[in-house]
Amino acid sequence: MEKRIMLGNEAIARGAYEAGVKVSSAYPGTPSTEISEFLAKYDEVYTEWAPNEKVALEVAAGSSIAGVRSMACMKHVGLNVASDPLYTLAYTGVNAGLVIVVADDPGIASSQNEQDTRMIARSAHLPLVEPSDSNEAKEFFKYAFELSERYDTPVIYRTTTKLSHSQSVVDLCERVEVEDKVYERSVPKYVMMPASAIGRHKVVEAREDKMALDAPSFPVNRVEYNDKKIGFITSGVPYQYVKEACPNASVLKLGVINPLPRALIEEFVKEVETVYIFEELEPVIEEQVRAWGLDVKGKELFTKQGEYSANMLRRVLFNEETCAFTKAEAPARPPILCPGCPHRSVFSVLNKLKIHAAGDIGCYTLGAVAPLSVIDTTICMGSSISLLHGMEKAKGKDYIKNWVATIGDSTFLHTGVNSLINMVYNKSTGTVMILDNRTTGMTGHQEHAATGKTLKGEDTYAIDLAELCRSIGVPNVIEINAFDVPGLEEVIKESVKSDTLTVIIAKAPCALLKGQKFPFKCQVDSEKCKKCGMCMKIGCPAMTKNEDGTVKIDETMCNGCGLCKNYCKFGAISQVER
Amino acid sequence: MNIMVVGVGGQGTLLTSRIIGKTALQGGYDVKLSEVHGMAQRGGSVVTFVRFDSKVYEPVCEEGTVDVLISFERLEALRYAHFLKPDGTLIVNDTRIDPMTVVIGAKEYPQDILSTLAKSHKIYTIDAGSIAREIGNSKVLNTVVLGASAKHIGFEKEEWLRVLEATVPPKTIEINKKAFELGYEA
Repeated sequence: MEKRIMLGNEAIARGAYEAGVKVSSAYPGTPSTEISEFLAKYDEVYTEWAPNEKVALEVAAGSSIAGVRSMACMKHVGLNVASDPLYTLAYTGVNAGLVIVVADDPGIASSQNEQDTRMIARSAHLPLVEPSDSNEAKEFFKYAFELSERYDTPVIYRTTTKLSHSQSVVDLCERVEVEDKVYERSVPKYVMMPASAIGRHKVVEAREDKMALDAPSFPVNRVEYNDKKIGFITSGVPYQYVKEACPNASVLKLGVINPLPRALIEEFVKEVETVYIFEELEPVIEEQVRAWGLDVKGKELFTKQGEYSANMLRRVLFNEETCAFTKAEAPARPPILCPGCPHRSVFSVLNKLKIHAAGDIGCYTLGAVAPLSVIDTTICMGSSISLLHGMEKAKGKDYIKNWVATIGDSTFLHTGVNSLINMVYNKSTGTVMILDNRTTGMTGHQEHAATGKTLKGEDTYAIDLAELCRSIGVPNVIEINAFDVPGLEEVIKESVKSDTLTVIIAKAPCALLKGQKFPFKCQVDSEKCKKCGMCMKIGCPAMTKNEDGTVKIDETMCNGCGLCKNYCKFGAISQVER
Repeated sequence: MNIMVVGVGGQGTLLTSRIIGKTALQGGYDVKLSEVHGMAQRGGSVVTFVRFDSKVYEPVCEEGTVDVLISFERLEALRYAHFLKPDGTLIVNDTRIDPMTVVIGAKEYPQDILSTLAKSHKIYTIDAGSIAREIGNSKVLNTVVLGASAKHIGFEKEEWLRVLEATVPPKTIEINKKAFELGYEA
């Protein structure tokens, strides 16, 4: 068997391939993105980017009903968008297997919250499977399809940032082609009108009861008896922390979190003197176990926030420290917009005009921090536009004369367009800026419906954002080069002043897209530099100060965009050919 | 063995860690790597862990357990030096990249980082940026650092080069091998 070191997300994709999956639909979102990118490399699997997670899950559901093994992938907050189909798919069940991969982000490495998908699985009455390393990520994925088909239910497959973005050794297997299931029309099963849904609700309950009874025999729920003084009930990556910190302890490792294997847990608690429930985020396992009257320890010792670690366990249980040195004081290095980023250009103008922005989800959220300090709100995908509209309806049109909404091209197509339809319909006068960098930037450059390429790299139709806005009735749509600073200043000033709903599409490709480097580099003439610091206000990481206070531009980091030149009144900065 | 690779988003720390991981796998070890993707990558402080042994559980290294800390930048070396074991090795690419907190004047870039660290740690420095520029591609800085670190990690030079060749884009094999050699000899 070939051994390979694989990212957790690559292993999930491999598991899908080996499981005979034929259709996958997804929207990018850290830490789930790479699953689809790796999956797209297998010719046997149709893989696509959908405009949002709701669409992705519905596509996968359609494929499952048609009779092929299907999946959808998303990050935890993406499941909120997809929760409408999710809760009802629990009722319809599946035809061929349907697995929904959801990547949680304990520790909030790249998200807006730290919600726990296991809670959603419980409330939707769906089984949830959770692996703890790359090899399990692959193997359990195949098992998730077995469960889905055996119990006629969608299965949630939970990963976390640490699993998705860590690599470990995987044993590769062959793909098993699964025969397509025959589709049979069934109104009581697939048409969720009240008469059917009432019937299906009973099926959901009975299924969950049956699974709960069977759960102790699921091979992914595993007991490792060792020293019986101390034991842990755990799952996912926290299992690895337990093995690292307490190699001699007994462990009940759960592979299926919902429903829990009650008999197995009761036996474990009886056998082991002190049992700790070690689970990141919410006390999902703990609350159920306590409700059964079992004596365990959990959240009174371990936090509900952030990622766990072996050291955390050592500290809490044994008061042990592994560190010999004290942590040095070092100035923080938060993430920043890249040199040559077109968002910086737009934000520099908004900052100069003292305009507030209702922001959205993407790299441009970084426009909230100093020195650009433009964005005032970030909630969820697409919310910038609706928030701005709400502000106007609350306080009147004059209140938003120094406000805009800023949203990326991919985010606009995700859920921003619905909010814009609302602005048109309900007669808003606001200004929406689509920061069109021709890609889904933050997650690492994924194609979307306006780029003209599919996930598989094929040419396709590219939605014209300006035409889309016009077609839904936006009266004023302006397209402009994102680096045209004087032009931007003029159109932004005019549109916030006017009482006409305006969409400004600021266009320039992401600086990290292949071949996007400008053929220039920027230089400072230190004789002409007056040390005024105006150019530093754009927050470009390629710019620093010399000892004497004049500005210097790092040649390697500079992308040559020339934005800084716009902010030097003394002509000290020039753009020269590389 | 516990290895930690730190730097600034965009410096190519991830590729360096992946090559270390693959080399250890070829050496017959169980290997785990932990990476950083998404927002944190955008010019922020980035950390990657590589662990290899007969069996590895946790995918990250805990504070105080690192054998070799490879830093692509001085300030990042200072930030993470406490992850080292008392007798651990610190390899620093001798360059300064100001974080935005320093650029806007809110914080000062600490002086004498290297001499401060040298008091408590076994430290090796290399100017990988200059070496990379001299051979005509500033992007292979990470391979120069890898070369400089390889002899502190173990494995034969040929094993490193074999993995390097199989990992980097075909067009860049020659320049990467040259960068590795120069780092290794430095």
